[in-house]
Amino acid sequence: MSREDLHSISLLVNNKPGVLIRISLVFARRGYNIDSLVVSPAHNRQFSRMSITASGDPDTLVLILGQLNKLVDVIHATDHTGDVVVQRELALIKVDCTAERRTEVLQISEHFKCQSVDISDTTVLLEATGNSDKLDALELMLEKHGIVEIVRSGKLVMARGASAT
Amino acid sequence: MNAATRTGAQAIIDGLQQQGVEYVFGYPGGANMPIFDALLDSSLKLILVRHEQGATHMADGYARASGKPGVVFVTSGPGATNAITGIMTAQMESAPLVVICGQTVVGNLGLDAFQEADVSGVSYPVVKHSYLIRDANDTPRIMREAFFLAETGRPGPVLIDMPKDIALAPVTLDSGGEMHLPGYTIPTHGDSDQIATVAQCLHEAKRPLLLVGHGALISDAGKAVRHLAERMQIPVTTTLLGKGAFPETHDLSLGMLGMHGTVYANKAVMNCDLIMSIGSRWDDRIIGKADEFCDGAVKIHIDIDATEFNKLITVDYCIHGDARLVVEELNTMLQPGDTKAWLAEVAKFKRQFPLTFKKKGGLKAQSVLYELDQLVGGDAVFTTDVGQHQMWAAQFCRTTERNHWISSGGAGTMGFGFPAAIGAQLAFPGKTVIAVVGDGGFQRTMAELPTAAVNKLPVKVLIINNSYLGMVRQWQNIFFDNRLSGVKLEGNPDFVKLAEACGGKGLRIKRNADIKRVLQQALDYNDGPCVIDAEVEKEDNVFPMIPSGEPYSSMLLENPRTKMAQPRGST
Ligand SMILES: Cc1ncc(C[n+]2csc(CCOP(=O)(O)OP(=O)(O)O)c2C)c(N)n1
Repeated sequence: MSREDLHSISLLVNNKPGVLIRISLVFARRGYNIDSLVVSPAHNRQFSRMSITASGDPDTLVLILGQLNKLVDVIHATDHTGDVVVQRELALIKVDCTAERRTEVLQISEHFKCQSVDISDTTVLLEATGNSDKLDALELMLEKHGIVEIVRSGKLVMARGASAT
Repeated sequence: MNAATRTGAQAIIDGLQQQGVEYVFGYPGGANMPIFDALLDSSLKLILVRHEQGATHMADGYARASGKPGVVFVTSGPGATNAITGIMTAQMESAPLVVICGQTVVGNLGLDAFQEADVSGVSYPVVKHSYLIRDANDTPRIMREAFFLAETGRPGPVLIDMPKDIALAPVTLDSGGEMHLPGYTIPTHGDSDQIATVAQCLHEAKRPLLLVGHGALISDAGKAVRHLAERMQIPVTTTLLGKGAFPETHDLSLGMLGMHGTVYANKAVMNCDLIMSIGSRWDDRIIGKADEFCDGAVKIHIDIDATEFNKLITVDYCIHGDARLVVEELNTMLQPGDTKAWLAEVAKFKRQFPLTFKKKGGLKAQSVLYELDQLVGGDAVFTTDVGQHQMWAAQFCRTTERNHWISSGGAGTMGFGFPAAIGAQLAFPGKTVIAVVGDGGFQRTMAELPTAAVNKLPVKVLIINNSYLGMVRQWQNIFFDNRLSGVKLEGNPDFVKLAEACGGKGLRIKRNADIKRVLQQALDYNDGPCVIDAEVEKEDNVFPMIPSGEPYSSMLLENPRTKMAQPRGST
């Protein structure tokens, strides 16, 4: 593989069993790794929305998109890499944090506009939303204090303005 | 349930009848007994096979000969997995199949119940689409969708997994089978501006070449392609599966190109300044070394499947649409160019490098196939298996009509040829149908001899018997220093006796002098299958040959004198 790029792909698919497997098979066949995947029912419950970030050779992406669009259960698949999109992700981060260091952690939290959703004697649980780069930066800052656990939702994307996702 | 209510199984049978299905190729088992029961009350004819792989290849042969989807019934677990090879084959060759599998009851799914396999799960990578029916009410819709998907656009196999309890359950809410396929579109006309640009390119080209594939046959573009070629005076080469899209007896025909294509077709490829593919996917058998293929020539690609564009090679113009509709539109814009000098050059290639073989020595496969071609004069349907005999048949048995050549090219599935011929014979009851097979491949599916015999199908099975897995031996001979490993077929049965034992006729060709007489005898026999065991020279190799993944310039015309390096391509 020549180059590995991160791609942001959104799909509108039939909301029924087996669809996710068919989609992930397309990625796996050409050696693409799915880094994150978010699935939720679409506005019309017959369909689901998927937001997938995957890394792999950019030349292969056109083929993968074509093969995704060829699936009978896929209404459309679009690559948003480089597009004007609104992108958001949510993270829950449990930080190792005794009472003495709490202020410092909460300062970071405030700077990144997080919510602290739980506090114990030894931990603080933060909820953060934003684009993925911001969450990466937050993760880096909290790393120093010790991250006990982190769960990230994966990227959600939506096209800006009137264009469809 | 009142008398008027039908079951899921009956809805399946009704669905088939609505589609005008005539034959079902199948095998029963516990899970599909309700379907077999419902079959009794229908006008459908069952061809009871000996193995599920045979059923799928028969359905494939039937589909490709008739242009209508082939239908298969298999039971759950091993019945369904036995069908997978044939389903994969149909997927690779774009053949329309509807395969209906029995399944364990819904409550047992995922519990490793007896003969349970996640068949729809297994099918995902090798089907156009698949269904697991969980509500009998969905059956009418799914039946319609399955046929629609199988035969429209780029055709392919559709699998329906039918749990036994659903097959027995009543269909209470009959939706009338309205389809719901929001993610499926069928390309039709191409982009007119693109087509106009291509017309201009064709006009300007001095050395143009048409590359015609299976897509042209599927869309019935033959007439349009012929008009295009004749009007513009452009030579035509076809892929293995494209045979029949343009008459191989035509002056402008160059026969097959690629790995074992004719020298003149391959020379035309090497020297053209424009190549236009009509329904061929420029696969690796054809392009050799991708970055050197038709270097410098304008490349144009017409295809119904957009994922084929720029896959292995990058082209200059893509036209997304149905081959016939696109070529017909193109034909309204033609302005002939000047191809006289090019045609003269191509004619010289033909004179210099005709398709020949050394006639000296023992019985040659090529002699047998050449004589067969002379005897049938284009008026026969050929199916083939996979190997040397397939390539020789492609070279020497000229195809002049649509759906008269049925071979496993994309999948290369040994065992395909004979059952495919059974299917083709059912589609063309009055025609001569000939399966050209190797002694290796025939033994994969020869269990279907009784199937052909009980149905009195006069299929001819010509075994090019070299007592070797010939094509693999050829590779070992050329690329592995003739270190033969696992290719000698010892203990082959006596195929003549085998044919007789199965209720057919058996004939043998041992010497050149036998060829015409025995072939004629076989052609005249119409009471059931006839096996012709042609004991050909054991160690002959197929030429021309472009080693896989290598450029056209490394085409071999005869056995190389020195050891060759391993080719770059896979197989
Ligand atoms: C199912 C399957 N297994 C293996 C192969 C690999 N293969 C390709 S050609 C060939 C030899 C075929 O031998 P035979 O049927 O005797 O035909 P011949 O080449 O001798 O004409 C083999 C083993 C294949 N194509 N399909």
